Amino acid sequence: MPDQSAQKKSRRVDFRGGGFAPKSRRWTGAIVFALIIIAAEVGTQTGFVSALTLPKPSDVLETFQDLYSSGLLWKHLGLSLSRLAIGAALGASIGVSVGILIGLFSYIRAGLVPLVAAIFPIPKIALLPLFVIWFGIDEGSKYALIAFGTFTPTVVATYGAVDNVDRTLIRMGQSFGLSWLSIVRKIVLPGAMPGILSGLRISLAIAIILLVAAEMLGAEFGIGAYILEAGSLYDLERLFAGVVILSLLGVLVSAIITVIERRLLGWRT
Amino acid sequence: MKLHLNKIDHRYGDMAVLQGIDLEIPSGRIVCLVGPSGCGKSTLLRIIGGLERPTGGEVLQMGEPSSDCLNPLTYIFQDFALLPWRSVEGNISLVIEDHGIRGAQARAIIDDVLARTKLTDFAKALPKQLSGGMKQRVAIARALAVNPAVMLMDEPLSALDSQTRELLMDDLIALWTRTPFTAVYVTHNLAEAVRLGHSIVVLSRRPGRIREIVHLDKPLAERSFGDADLEAQQKHLWTLMRDEARAADAELLDA
Ligand SMILES: Nc1ncnc2c1ncn2[C@@H]1O[C@H](COP(=O)(O)OP(=O)(O)OP(=O)(O)O)[C@@H](O)[C@H]1O
Ligand SMILES: [Mg+2]
Repeated sequence: MPDQSAQKKSRRVDFRGGGFAPKSRRWTGAIVFALIIIAAEVGTQTGFVSALTLPKPSDVLETFQDLYSSGLLWKHLGLSLSRLAIGAALGASIGVSVGILIGLFSYIRAGLVPLVAAIFPIPKIALLPLFVIWFGIDEGSKYALIAFGTFTPTVVATYGAVDNVDRTLIRMGQSFGLSWLSIVRKIVLPGAMPGILSGLRISLAIAIILLVAAEMLGAEFGIGAYILEAGSLYDLERLFAGVVILSLLGVLVSAIITVIERRLLGWRT
Repeated sequence: MKLHLNKIDHRYGDMAVLQGIDLEIPSGRIVCLVGPSGCGKSTLLRIIGGLERPTGGEVLQMGEPSSDCLNPLTYIFQDFALLPWRSVEGNISLVIEDHGIRGAQARAIIDDVLARTKLTDFAKALPKQLSGGMKQRVAIARALAVNPAVMLMDEPLSALDSQTRELLMDDLIALWTRTPFTAVYVTHNLAEAVRLGHSIVVLSRRPGRIREIVHLDKPLAERSFGDADLEAQQKHLWTLMRDEARAADAELLDA
């Protein structure tokens, strides 16, 4: 045997197959938040960070409590949430329907895809004055702005998702003589659902941004108005309290979609 | 019901894929289609089932399918084509719901086909929980549920490992022996062809023409793995195909 010596020297094969597979690490996110807040608190308490740069997290919490006990929190939040819910529901539902039509009919696709591409890059806030004229100065224009902003990304995500439905499944449906409506309802829609939901994640974040923008430009109450007022008075505590509410809103929306995904997409491998 | 293919021609653009295919698919028999890769077997099967329109010629149904037949020409696909979001029984009920069959009647059909494919215990499982062999048995159960007059199978076993393939071949033979069905079975595996085919149609390389039709008289139930006479037939088929396959391979390289 030529490599007797090589056989004697044995070495374990090292494991190198780890990583690249997302795992659920439940509390990591919360710990990151907590660490940042603690660092800010310690920094401001010791004077390492000046009070003009960053408000004390504890002061922000106090402002938040004032807001809560004065009852204004619910007034702001209630209005904002109803605007968000109505606007986003309008935009997302019209967006999903139009996206599905684009995915299914080539004439609608040929007619609408360029149109969607043309309105996608328009900053929707720039159109607020127009919406005010069309839909009125109060709630109407805000609903329209949020709906319009959610509409375009939802359309694009939806027709992409419909295009990506496994063709062999559709062919299977045809080969069993299923009706057109059954194929759409039982094969195309569920097959497109993963793409539609991940599109909604983005659309809803955009909806929150537009909500604040609309409220800053013309509203008495609402989180956007609250932040704007605090900002113009350089009241950093109140500004941050408002921002925290927005972040919580974002986390909440994302969590709701995760729950929906878990319920609807359990079949995914 | 039997099928008659009448001078089928097919081309994609300038490329002729099938030429003058005349073929009789008798009732209650399994016809295997073999031929080198790219000769148009899958295309021919799609034409037979009406998923593709031939450039020339026609496929004729001779006689009426039985009255309880929901979908006369039914496919079994190589990649199973199960809906991943539906359970085993949901996948089967998918193809009978559309014919207005619901409730107790649907239950009876589903239970029957699950029993015939030995899947009764997996009725509620999702496709992702099943092995490849089981998935194909679900697809077979789904096809049986519509009581097809002709089953069109495109390499139904080629996504499976060889042991599973043997088992599933035995299952198919058992199913056929209980109630003979008509089938067109595309395969590139000659061992499968001589086990399952009552006749074996050998196609030439592209453009696919019928090169020879081999008839096997031995009953399906009496054939088994490694029979000497089947091996001899298989060898004969291979000599027919070898030159075609080699030439087809060289053409692909030239292209
Ligand atoms: N939709 C299509 N458009 C254009 N060409 C096609 C189309 N489908 C198949 N072809 C071509 O037609 C020829 C026959 O294809 P087909 O899939 O029928 O062959 P096959 O005999 O089933 O091959 P394999 O053994 O690889 O499954 C191939 O050269 C293929 O590239
Ligand atoms: Mg093929």
